[in-house]
Amino acid sequence: MVFKSPVEGIEEKFEMIQILNEDGKIVNEDAMPDLSDDDLVELMRRMVYTRVLDQRSIALNRQGRLGFYAPTAGQEASQLGSQFALEQDDFILPGYRDVPQLIWQGLPLYQAFLFSRGHYHGNQMPEDVQALSPQIIIGAQITQAAGVALGMKNRGKKNVAITYTGDGGASQGDFYEGVNFAGAYQAPAIFIVQNNRFAISVPVEKQSAAKTIAQKSVAMGIPGFLVDGMDVLAVYKVVQEARERAVNGDGPTLIETLTYRYGPHTMAGDDPTRYRTEDMDSEWEKKDPIVRFRKFLEEKGLWSEEKENEVMETAKEEIKAAIKKADKQEKQSVTELISIMHEELPANLKEQMEEFKEKESK
Amino acid sequence: MAEMTMIQAITDALRTELKNDDNVLVFGEDVGQNGGVFRATEGLQDEFGEERVFDTPLAESGIIGMAVGLSTQDYRPVPEIQFFGFVFEAMDAVVGQAARMRYRSGGRWHAPITIRSPFGGGVHTPELHADSLEGFMTQAPGLRVVIPSGPYDAKGLLISSIRNNDPVIFLEHMKLYRSFREEVPEEEYTIDLDKANIVKEGTDMTLVAYGAMVHASLKAAEELEEEGISCEVIDLRTVSPIDIDTILESVKKTNRAIVVQEAQRQAGVAAGIVAEIQERAILHLESPVFRVTAPDTVYPFSQAEEVWLPNHQDIKEKVKESMNF
Repeated sequence: MVFKSPVEGIEEKFEMIQILNEDGKIVNEDAMPDLSDDDLVELMRRMVYTRVLDQRSIALNRQGRLGFYAPTAGQEASQLGSQFALEQDDFILPGYRDVPQLIWQGLPLYQAFLFSRGHYHGNQMPEDVQALSPQIIIGAQITQAAGVALGMKNRGKKNVAITYTGDGGASQGDFYEGVNFAGAYQAPAIFIVQNNRFAISVPVEKQSAAKTIAQKSVAMGIPGFLVDGMDVLAVYKVVQEARERAVNGDGPTLIETLTYRYGPHTMAGDDPTRYRTEDMDSEWEKKDPIVRFRKFLEEKGLWSEEKENEVMETAKEEIKAAIKKADKQEKQSVTELISIMHEELPANLKEQMEEFKEKESK
Repeated sequence: MAEMTMIQAITDALRTELKNDDNVLVFGEDVGQNGGVFRATEGLQDEFGEERVFDTPLAESGIIGMAVGLSTQDYRPVPEIQFFGFVFEAMDAVVGQAARMRYRSGGRWHAPITIRSPFGGGVHTPELHADSLEGFMTQAPGLRVVIPSGPYDAKGLLISSIRNNDPVIFLEHMKLYRSFREEVPEEEYTIDLDKANIVKEGTDMTLVAYGAMVHASLKAAEELEEEGISCEVIDLRTVSPIDIDTILESVKKTNRAIVVQEAQRQAGVAAGIVAEIQERAILHLESPVFRVTAPDTVYPFSQAEEVWLPNHQDIKEKVKESMNF
C-alpha cells in the first residue's frame, strides 16, 4: 500500500472527557466547572427527582395510567447536565426520551404526562419554554435544529439550539444533513448524541465502522467531543463551552455522551434481556451518575441521606398532584383536532367538523 | 401591464414578497448567485442580500428541515426543491414534520412555509424530474397543494401561498415556464387559495384539470366547439383541498364530467374528484365520470413521453365516449 489514510487512528484523538470518576473523585481539577454550591445541590436534586419520576412513570405505565413512555434512568447526567448549561431562551429540540430536559426548562409535569397520554396539550410548550415537543422520527429534529440555529443567528440572538438523539440516530441521513448545514452556516447549534449503546436492541458497534460518534464531527468540519455521559460535571462543562462558542459566533459542536439506559427502550413490550447481559447492566450501574455525584457532594458536606429522602418525598407528592391534574384534563376531541390542523379551515375539514360535532354529541 | 412568462411572473411574486415582508427567506440549491436552474430567483440575491436569498448544501431533507426550524424564529421560508422528483428525499420533513407543526404543538408553532418546485412532463428531462407527485402530497393532512396553469395565476397564487400561515406545496409545470406569455399586472395582487377557476364556460361537458392539462383541455374544448359540443373547463388551481362546490355547480349544469390529470391513474387527485362527484351529484349525471390520465407506470425516460402523456386528442375521444354513453 502506497497511500495511508491521513485520519488513521482518528478515534484515539477522541479521549473520553471525565471530571468526576466513578468513586466520586475529581480527576480533572482544571476542567472543574464554575458552579456554586447551590448549583451543585440543584443538579443533584434534579437528578434524584428525575430518577423518582422515571420509577413512578414506569409504575403508572404498568397500571395502564400513562401511555407511551421511554425510560430515562441511567441517562440523568447526559440529559440534565446538558440542560443545566442552557439559558431560558435557548431552544430545545428533544428526542422522545428527552422529556426531563423539557420539564426542567419549564414544561409542567402534568403536561409531560399528557404527552405520554397522547393529548396535544402535552405538546403545547408554555410561552417561556422555547422547545418543540419530543420528536418521534429518529433524526428529524436534527435538520430542524440547524434551521432554528440559523434563524437565531440571523436575528442576532445570543442563544443556541440544542438537539438530542441517540447512537442509532447518528446513522440517519438527517443527522449528517443537519449537523453539516449548521456547520456550513456556522449556526449556534449543539448536537448531543446520547450513546446509550443500543438502538432498541442493535448495539452501537453495528451502527458504523467509526469507533466513536464524536469523530464524525471531523468530516463536518466542526468541534466534536466524547464525554463521560454518567458524569454530570463533564457533560455540563462540555455543553457550557459549546454554548459559549456558539453564541460567540464560532458555530456548532457535536457532543457524544457515553451513557446507558437501565430500563427497556420503551414500556411497549421491549425486553432488554434479549440483547443485554446482566454483567453488562451491572458494569454500567457501577458508573451510575447519581451514586458518584452523591459521593462527591457528601464529601463536600453538601448532601445527606436526609436531604435525598426529602427530595424523593417532594417528587412523589408533586408527581401525584400532577397526575391528578392530568386526569382532570378533558379528553381530546376530534373536533379539537380538526380545529388545530390549519389556521384557516379548508372546506373539506369544515364539512368533517360538522360530522364529528354530531358524532361527538351522541 | 407587462407581458410575462410564468417563470418571470414567479420571480416577480418572490420579489414582491421579499420586499413586503422582511421575514421572507428564499433558499435552495443554486438559487443564490446562479438564480436557480430555471432562473426563477434571477437577481434576487443581488437585490436582497445573502441573508434573504441563499444557496444551501445539497440535501433536500436538510433544506425542508431547516425551513421548519426557521419558522420557529418567525421567518416565512420559501425553499425550493430543485425538481419535485427529489422530494422523496424530504418526504418526512414535508409530510411528517412541516405539515404537522400546528397540530403537534397545539398551535404554539406553525410552519408558514411555501415549498416551490418544478415538475411536469414534455421537456425531455432525465428520470425523476418530470413526475407528477401531487397525489402523494394531497394525501397529507396539513398541506395545501397549489398548481398554477399560467403566468397571471402563478403570481397571484404564489403571493397568496407565501402569505398563508400554513405549509403550501407550490408546483410549477416546467412546460409552462416559457411556453407562452400573458398580461401580468406589475402591482401586487392575490388569488384565493382553495378556489377553482372556470377558464371557459360551456353547457354540455365539464372538464376538470390543473397545470398543463388545463391547456390540453382548452384545446380539446375549442376543437369540440366546432363539432357542436360545448365544454366548460375548470382549472382547479389548488389540488388540496379541492374546490368541490365549483365542480358540482358545473356538473349540475352540464350533467357530465371528465377529470384530466397528467399523473398516473391509480388513486391521486382525479380519483378523489370522481368519488366526490358520484357521492354528491349522481342523479345529475348522464354518463359515468371518466378520467384521462397517464398509465400506471413510472414516468418514462423521455423517448416515450409524448405518447405516455395525456393530450387533447385523448380528451376529445373521452368527451365523445361520454356524450355517446
